[in-house]
Amino acid sequence: MERNSSRDTTALEEPKDQASLEDSSSGPDSGQVHDSSRRKFLVNSGYVLGTLAVGGVISSLFGCAKDGEDNADSSAPADDNKEAAAPNYNRALMYFTQAQFRIVEAATERIFPEDESGPGAKKLGVAFFIDHQLAGDWGFNGRDYMNPPFFAGEKEQGYQGRLKRRELFDIGLRELDNYSQTTHGKGFAELEPDQQDAALKAFETEEVKLTTISAGSFFKMLRSATLEGVYSDPLYGGNLNMEGWRMRNYPGSQMSYLNIIEKDFTKIEPSSLQAHLASH
Amino acid sequence: MAKTLPKTDVVIVGVGWAGGIIASELTKSGLNVVGLERGKERKTEDYYMVHDELRYSMRYEMMQDLSKETITFRSNENIRALPMRQYGSFLLGDGLGGSGVHWNGQTYRFLPYDFQMRSMTTERYGKNKIPEGMTIRDWGITYDELEPYYDKFEKMAGISGEENPLGGKRSNPYPTPPMKKTPSMQMFAEATKKLNLNPYMMPAANLSENYTNPDGVARAACQYCGYCERYGCEYGAKADPVVTVIPVANKTGKFQIRTHSNVRRILHKGGKATGVMYIDVTTGEEIIQPADIVVVTSYVFNNVRLLLMSELGKPYDPASGQGVIGANYAYQVIKGSAVGFFEEKQFNNFAGAGSLGISIDDYNGDNFDHSNLNFLHGGVIALSQTGARPIQNNPVPSGTAAWGAEFKKKSLHYANRTLSIGAQGSSMAFKHHFLDLDPTYKDAFGDPLMRITFDFEDQDRELAKFLAERCSEIMKEMGASHVDYLKELGPYEIMTYQSTHNTGGVIMGAEPGTSAINNFSQMWDADNVFVVGASSFPQNAGYNPTGTVGALAYRAAEGILKYREKGGLLV
Repeated sequence: MERNSSRDTTALEEPKDQASLEDSSSGPDSGQVHDSSRRKFLVNSGYVLGTLAVGGVISSLFGCAKDGEDNADSSAPADDNKEAAAPNYNRALMYFTQAQFRIVEAATERIFPEDESGPGAKKLGVAFFIDHQLAGDWGFNGRDYMNPPFFAGEKEQGYQGRLKRRELFDIGLRELDNYSQTTHGKGFAELEPDQQDAALKAFETEEVKLTTISAGSFFKMLRSATLEGVYSDPLYGGNLNMEGWRMRNYPGSQMSYLNIIEKDFTKIEPSSLQAHLASH
Repeated sequence: MAKTLPKTDVVIVGVGWAGGIIASELTKSGLNVVGLERGKERKTEDYYMVHDELRYSMRYEMMQDLSKETITFRSNENIRALPMRQYGSFLLGDGLGGSGVHWNGQTYRFLPYDFQMRSMTTERYGKNKIPEGMTIRDWGITYDELEPYYDKFEKMAGISGEENPLGGKRSNPYPTPPMKKTPSMQMFAEATKKLNLNPYMMPAANLSENYTNPDGVARAACQYCGYCERYGCEYGAKADPVVTVIPVANKTGKFQIRTHSNVRRILHKGGKATGVMYIDVTTGEEIIQPADIVVVTSYVFNNVRLLLMSELGKPYDPASGQGVIGANYAYQVIKGSAVGFFEEKQFNNFAGAGSLGISIDDYNGDNFDHSNLNFLHGGVIALSQTGARPIQNNPVPSGTAAWGAEFKKKSLHYANRTLSIGAQGSSMAFKHHFLDLDPTYKDAFGDPLMRITFDFEDQDRELAKFLAERCSEIMKEMGASHVDYLKELGPYEIMTYQSTHNTGGVIMGAEPGTSAINNFSQMWDADNVFVVGASSFPQNAGYNPTGTVGALAYRAAEGILKYREKGGLLV
């Protein structure tokens, strides 16, 4: 529970600019609300007395580990113990080709574009998020029932295809690019934003007819994966620096809302699982 | 060749709420109990990293692995049933504590009308009120008879709440006071009072204050962290079997839990069970556990499936209406709700608890006159604040684009400016809604999957519309700038999450022939087999089922002890 107060105030008061976004500054959970609520919780329940002592040990251990990306904070004011900012090692590809990655980056940015309220999917790292997801269980439909026989079902019976998500992405992205080549003579990533919107719309409404997969279902999957990348914990590679959460005043992972639950809307600086692990 | 273990007094199939309660009650009375649980062990420390919407809500961390086992579904008998390949409509639990770990904790008692629905409906409206093909039944037990068991469950779990002004009579107040009231709940209270309705705080298993239960189990108060449904509780504040009844059973030294043990058959001879056959899923070994008494306490689908695969009880035949195992499958009508958008006000929507809410029962059961309505029953209407996590909650007013600049702008704007009022519409049983074994699709062991034949009926369409209109009236009274509500209920589909309140298939009743079990959950056809869970509901009420499942489990435990002494059918 011992915390570095200078880091706390930094995270609270520093407005996040472009640079801090790219460099993924550290975000120890912070704020008056949070602190006092946690203290109050300890008093209330007596639950964590044992954990408190242990928490101190664990937090000092994690405090020493300096190679994690989230410990690197190039935007924060100079700090006596500061080491050189580490690169974000999460920013590499596990599944997509570069060409696929560029299409996904462009398409997700149209689904969740940058505007005056904050960054879009591209800056938030959504394409990296989707890439990483496709490389694992989700991409292989590891926990879905994929046994034959396969029959085309009624709409109410849900997905009945034999293709896995990574295969659906391969086909969907290729078709999106084909469609762009046919209509504009350029790849999807090279189109103007409004042309990209029109292409995505043609998929969404199934104006585009594909033989192997449904263009509409592919778009739906792309849209929901985009929102997952915007709003999941930054540990998965999207929601960079919690900017997705910050834009909608979602506080992320907080231990307690006991002291605001009866109150009117209260703005709370977000906190991530990384901070939770490091602070206990 | 299966390995046969030494005989035990009682073997329990599935260690969730029902299995945990029964294990705790029986071991306290000195019986030796073996609990077979197909999933893994669980403990509070598992949830250190639980505030992870992607992992728990979107990737279904706590749920049954569908690659190994799922269900198949068809809307009617003329369609080929196909497997539910991905999660949608409902979520199947897995592991120690079962669905009792990832629930929200909304712990209602059913209304007296629910238990005597057929006779009370006939009495008030005449028997022509019940449409052709609707097979609603009385339970063979009344609310008053079940009341002491509700009381027991509530004390064990530490339910927080206040008396429902339109509910059945209570012998005791709730063991802990209601949860805290948020500004939006306050608004709901004021609006419903203005409309001459009867609001009361939602009964909650989240614990409004620190609590020690009659078994001596102490738990800490809820912190309103906003991660309940689909999550385990990192504080142990939300009552679940792992933090309440299972430790009590363990302490007796008479409870042996075997996780990773998937029961495939109940073994029986001459109308009596002799034990169960299960697979140790870590080794693939077949094991026989002989027992004097077999208690089936898995989720609805596996309770039914296990009986059908074991050829125990008479399978339901929808053509003749004869037979009982698989009959009266019911669900819930959850889409009759309203969403309100508030331009002038923001709320702490991110904070909450699974059963933090406020409810009315003015449109539930037969609390309102149905003479001029084309449906029976109703549902509880509630405003709850469970924590609007950002991947799954992006409400925008109807007509807004689903993606792009407009969607982003509006979804950010309304994230904390939206409230919703939901109704849990009841679900009636029909002759042609049932569960049986799928002829084509198999699980990882080669056993047939459960097949669901179900669709919404006129009853459900009328009910959903009615409830949505009531929700919308309240939302308008609360001062929303814009209200969207359901105008028409489409067909039942398996893709959208609706409710994990599936019921029926092994129903309770006053006599064999139209029911599978008596009011101690004892099988009419095999007196040493008890089948406990929402599988025993003849039709589904307009509430969450867990409080009633808990009460039935306490009653079943009492029945098992009685049976152990005297033998024979208890009713």
